Amino acid sequence: MARIEFRNIAKRFGDVEVIPGMDLDIADGEFVALLGPSGCGKSTSLLILAGIYLPSGGDLLFDGHVVNDVEAKDRNVGIVFQSYALYPHMTVRDNIMFPLRFKKTPRDEAIRRVNDAAALVQVGELLDRKPSELSGGQQQRVALARALVKQPQLLLLDEPLSNLDATLRLSMRTEIKSLQDELGVTTILVTHDQIEATTMADRIICMRAGRIEQIGTPDDLYDRPSSLFVAGFIGSPPINLVHGAAANNTVDVAGVPFPADGANGSITVGLRPEHLVFAEAGLPGRIAQIEPMGREVLYVVSTDIGYVRVLEQGSVAGHAAGEKVQIGFDPAKSLVFDATTEKLIDGAHVRPPA
Amino acid sequence: MSAIADDLRRERAGPGRQRNRRRANFVIFLGPAIVLTILFFVIPVIIDVVVSFTDMGRSLQITGFTTEQYEKIFGGDRRLVQVIGLTLLYVFATLAIFNLTFALVLALVTTATNRMTGNFFRGVWLLPRMSPSVLYILLWVWVINPSEFGLLNQILMSVLGLETPIDPLNEAPVMLIIIANGFIGASMGMIIFTSAIRAIPEHLFHAARVDGAGSMAIIRHITLPALRWPISFVTIYQTLSLLVSFEYILLLTEGGPFYDTTVYALYIFRRAFDTGQYAYGAALAVFIIALGVFFALLGWRFFDMQKLLQRPRIEVQ
Repeated sequence: MARIEFRNIAKRFGDVEVIPGMDLDIADGEFVALLGPSGCGKSTSLLILAGIYLPSGGDLLFDGHVVNDVEAKDRNVGIVFQSYALYPHMTVRDNIMFPLRFKKTPRDEAIRRVNDAAALVQVGELLDRKPSELSGGQQQRVALARALVKQPQLLLLDEPLSNLDATLRLSMRTEIKSLQDELGVTTILVTHDQIEATTMADRIICMRAGRIEQIGTPDDLYDRPSSLFVAGFIGSPPINLVHGAAANNTVDVAGVPFPADGANGSITVGLRPEHLVFAEAGLPGRIAQIEPMGREVLYVVSTDIGYVRVLEQGSVAGHAAGEKVQIGFDPAKSLVFDATTEKLIDGAHVRPPA
Repeated sequence: MSAIADDLRRERAGPGRQRNRRRANFVIFLGPAIVLTILFFVIPVIIDVVVSFTDMGRSLQITGFTTEQYEKIFGGDRRLVQVIGLTLLYVFATLAIFNLTFALVLALVTTATNRMTGNFFRGVWLLPRMSPSVLYILLWVWVINPSEFGLLNQILMSVLGLETPIDPLNEAPVMLIIIANGFIGASMGMIIFTSAIRAIPEHLFHAARVDGAGSMAIIRHITLPALRWPISFVTIYQTLSLLVSFEYILLLTEGGPFYDTTVYALYIFRRAFDTGQYAYGAALAVFIIALGVFFALLGWRFFDMQKLLQRPRIEVQ
């Protein structure tokens, strides 16, 4: 297992700077997720870790040793690609055994390890099949077995679940997580799916345009997003964001005054739909749309500050469309961002209008 | 196999209107190919077979039907054994050394370098194929010129310090026709293999590198298996085209010195058009047709090309 350090890692393709300079520490045995939208440099970081790409600048360290010049084949890293990248002409057995070929593993031991790895991900019965004869979920398990069979010091997962259907994704999430717990292998998951990141990873690294926007536990990113970008990216349904001008302990949002603490100047207020409630007093509005989501009901409320999303627990809608409501919230859960720097203003809160 | 046949049969049957439409489709899609095949293959073969049973000579007159041409092939023509031996050597050496191996090397090298360089190099390598045969051979004639002004001799003498110029046309004529044909023949395999290599998903190469494979292991375990069908196709196709093509040899050596580079196809040409034995040429041609069909079927079987026609058993994703 390995401890990973990025020291000012940069990556350019010609004139395009994908990663301007990245610093990052990942502890031994940790499960981290690189989360961000397409093109934010997360997959590039993964390929740098795998040794497929060479960094254009900076140092990459495994357990304190610089591995910049260590070739991919000598890094002892396991990787699962989004497309699984199984070798199409080989059987499942040969696919899983492939990494062992190059480690000069004795035949008996190789067979034993292939069987173990296959059993671990429950593909023991499929060993004689070709990848084209497997379903997507089975291919994914085989790819995982191939990555694990060499007992890698680092496991890299590149969007491993995005080609699976919703049910399968849910169960694979749990399986991968428990497998990682069991093996204790340092694991880096690349994903653009915030649910995947928050459910599987110990720590999330939220990236934007090649830069790390915030590092923290799923709760950190959810409760205290350091910037507007993180606040907008994490959470589903998305956070309500409204612009306002703050002065004299009041924020003026489209003419509606919200009492506020610690805010000044041009700001953006963030209110998560699940933190909003229908109350006796608060922001008045009218329910425009109702979206039942299973365990919750999402109300879209038309107010003077625009449409506001409110999420209510329970499978049955307690309110009807067109109904007049007042929206309240716990001031401690409100988020206030500086509109120009887009950073969170610590200690600043807003209260519902009286 | 039988399951697929059943499927097809079930598909072919069906209500009358559908059957009519199928018939119309058959005519529309296969009609042109069938017409061309009949016009340029079946009819010429029939004419050839008929002529082979006559005594047509330089005067182009037929005075009677006879089997003497075949008797000549199986008894009288002592040169034939040597011609057949040379043909097999020429076809398989050119195929193995250039049209497959060298083409593969070209494809691997030009896809491994950066895209611009690779494209440029392949473009250059295709030039002779795009230019007229006469021009290509004219260049060869200059290259192998036996005086000290030939390109080959200039290089050998000035760079390697050879004392007297060599004359490849007389000293190594078979090697010469193999190289001259191979250089141009390799370009086809190169193009086909290149596109096949490009079609391999990049993730497979990445996965193999991470799995510990070096460059050679990647070629062996990832690239070559993906080229199985292109290699099969190029082998069969080029065997047939080498078997019947002789224009470069005719232009370069005229089949000489003496009969040293006269391959079977050229032998037919020389017999029919040089010495005016049209009927004998036709009889010889019957065997090259048979040989072509034989090699095509052999290749089809050997490479299990039938598999290409099978339907996928499972939808992926």
